Amino acid sequence: MIAALRGVEVHYPRGRALGPFSLLIEAGEIVALVGPSGCGKSTAMRLLAGLEAPELGDVARTPGRGETAVVFQAPTLAPWLSARANAALPLELAGVGGAAAGDRADEALARVGLSGVEAARPAQLSGGMAMRVSLARALVTEPKLLLLDEPFAALDEITRRALADDVLKLWADGRPAIVFVTHNVEEAVYMASRVVVMTRGPGRLAGEVVVEGPLPRPAGFRTTEAFRRHVEAVSRLLAEGMAA
Amino acid sequence: MTRLVHALAPFMLIALLLAAWEIACRALAVPVYFLPPPSAVAKALASDWAGLLRSAWNTLSMALVALLVASLVAQALALVVALSPILERAVRPLAVVLQVTPVVAIAPLVLIWAGLDHAGRAIVGLAAVVAFFPIFSGAVTGLKATDPDLERLFDLYGASPLQRLVRLRLPSAVPYLLEGHKVAAGLAVIGAVVAEFVAGSGGAQGLAWRILEAGNRLQTARMFAALVVLGLLGAVLHAVLEAAERVGLRWWRGR
Repeated sequence: MIAALRGVEVHYPRGRALGPFSLLIEAGEIVALVGPSGCGKSTAMRLLAGLEAPELGDVARTPGRGETAVVFQAPTLAPWLSARANAALPLELAGVGGAAAGDRADEALARVGLSGVEAARPAQLSGGMAMRVSLARALVTEPKLLLLDEPFAALDEITRRALADDVLKLWADGRPAIVFVTHNVEEAVYMASRVVVMTRGPGRLAGEVVVEGPLPRPAGFRTTEAFRRHVEAVSRLLAEGMAA
Repeated sequence: MTRLVHALAPFMLIALLLAAWEIACRALAVPVYFLPPPSAVAKALASDWAGLLRSAWNTLSMALVALLVASLVAQALALVVALSPILERAVRPLAVVLQVTPVVAIAPLVLIWAGLDHAGRAIVGLAAVVAFFPIFSGAVTGLKATDPDLERLFDLYGASPLQRLVRLRLPSAVPYLLEGHKVAAGLAVIGAVVAEFVAGSGGAQGLAWRILEAGNRLQTARMFAALVVLGLLGAVLHAVLEAAERVGLRWWRGR
């Protein structure tokens, strides 16, 4: 077990935002959280990251400091830092020396396919490249739990697909547990080994679909019968969750 | 061709207005003490050139010293305030009162405190009071204007308060500080001129003193000459600060 939510409820001033909701994340699995807008997906992510505490229920987490990484919807890079310094930030906050942190940041940038732009500032990068820097920053500490909060929502379809394959390839290296939030059912089925569907807010569990098939995905996976079937199953759960 | 017209348009308007002014003065035989024609102003400019420049430098240097003082005090205070919400609540109303009180109204007091023999100090102090607020306000806003997701990232990696300040909040505030200093510099010149008027013909011989002195002698053309220099000073300062802000932002953002 890497992280678990057990019967958690989160209340905001405007009312209950999430729950009661339970979710168990095992080491090395890729879980997609799907649900309508405002169902509390991002809140669930913040609970898993340990950034927020629930009003009810409990959160269990095994990763230590620096072993959880989050990629947000926007690249969330510091505009005044180069790509290298942005990627090195988690290491520097943990007290790793400048040169060593820089080297490991360069390595992480190379892993996401960004060799050669280490000195560029975020403003000089395209949206897809900035997202990759954000991914490099998340990977630089070699996390055990990687949380992606609608990471590709702002990107075009071609870039999203390329990034989805890249994330799966990167996952294959160190096999961190990945939890990611998405609105896109096909993306969820393509990337995840398990799709967790939530009801409309305050989100509860609407159902779960286990996606069979090898990870990373082989070419043409999107055209297989199994893929279509899983997409249908998730869509059906989503529709039920909306009505519930 | 269109680009040339574009570049020359403001100068053509100025030339047109000056010509109209000159012709009107001559045709209507307006008394020179009431409204001198541009040619008379130009003559006054030519003959007072050195003195006016010296006065402009006096005013500008006092404004710049005031800007420096205001910058140091405002940023130090903003830093303290940004770190403590209670202090911010305590300081805010006072800062606002200071801002909305016209500088003319507090000038006589400051003049007494500085000593009538040290009008220069009073002028610097008053200009600093005027320049204080935009820098303070910009710095406080900037120190709090961090990206919330970046804040979360710092939470996630367990950043210390010092790391958060040095690596996140101070750099985030840079654009706000640049903007604040740009506005403050313009205000410092205005503050210095206003303070000079109140100080009267004291020790500081800035542009306002030139205007007062020429006014007392009904040398209206020389008043205009001083005004022209003041206007030019403001325009040049504005252009320099715009450029400085652009360069600063490019350095900050890397583009």
